[in-house]
Amino acid sequence: MDIKVNVRESEGDAYVVELAGEIDVYTSPKVKDAITELIDQGHYNLVINLEKVRYIDSTGLGVLIGGLKRVREHGGSVNLVCTNPQIKKIFDITGLVKIFGIFDDEPSAMKALV
Amino acid sequence: MNEHARQALDDSSFVELRIPAEAEWAAVARLTVAAVASRLDFSLDEIDDVKLAVAEACTHAIQRSSGNQPIELIFEARPDAIVVTVRDSSTASHLESVEEEGDENHIGGLGLFIIRSLMDEVDFRVDTRRGGELTMLKRVLT
Repeated sequence: MDIKVNVRESEGDAYVVELAGEIDVYTSPKVKDAITELIDQGHYNLVINLEKVRYIDSTGLGVLIGGLKRVREHGGSVNLVCTNPQIKKIFDITGLVKIFGIFDDEPSAMKALV
Repeated sequence: MNEHARQALDDSSFVELRIPAEAEWAAVARLTVAAVASRLDFSLDEIDDVKLAVAEACTHAIQRSSGNQPIELIFEARPDAIVVTVRDSSTASHLESVEEEGDENHIGGLGLFIIRSLMDEVDFRVDTRRGGELTMLKRVLT
């Protein structure tokens, strides 16, 4: 049970955080560290790709919310890539679909960044 | 106890699990409830719902647990529903200190919200001496 985190630079100053695996109370600190490091380095426009994420719970959502809150303080944005119905359902029931931009693919999520 | 209730109890199967109150063990509870739920007539989506609800309850228990006491889970597989009870060692005095941390409390709140959204019945109570107990039920749709 693990999470793989792959960070790469994309167009402009935007960065993509690609996640693969399960995000729960055990693995979410690793995701938090990756996002925090990017923000600490001054990168405030992020796309977080959840396409290879099989499972996410409230601790994972908490990490994403924390990241979004921090980048917004600097005028940045976080967009998500997600097509898995079960993962999207969690964003739906928690109302987070209204807070995050959720896109079907990375180019669309990148294009929609502020 | 009437005949119907007695029959329902006779047809129930119980599985008990005790895990350390540590983050790395939450996945074991998740996998166990998925195995128990798959023995009932739930759809794959419903099994995923139960799995997430139990994981949230475990996360909640781990975050609020006061030390080295394990988390106890009881899975009751009924013909018409699954009932899951999650017990932790969080006492009222410990909860006060957790709530002061703010962020943790917020995450716990989100977890409980998810549980209530996914399950048909949820009951959470804290005994000041014995700890917290969260019981949740999901019915099999006929």
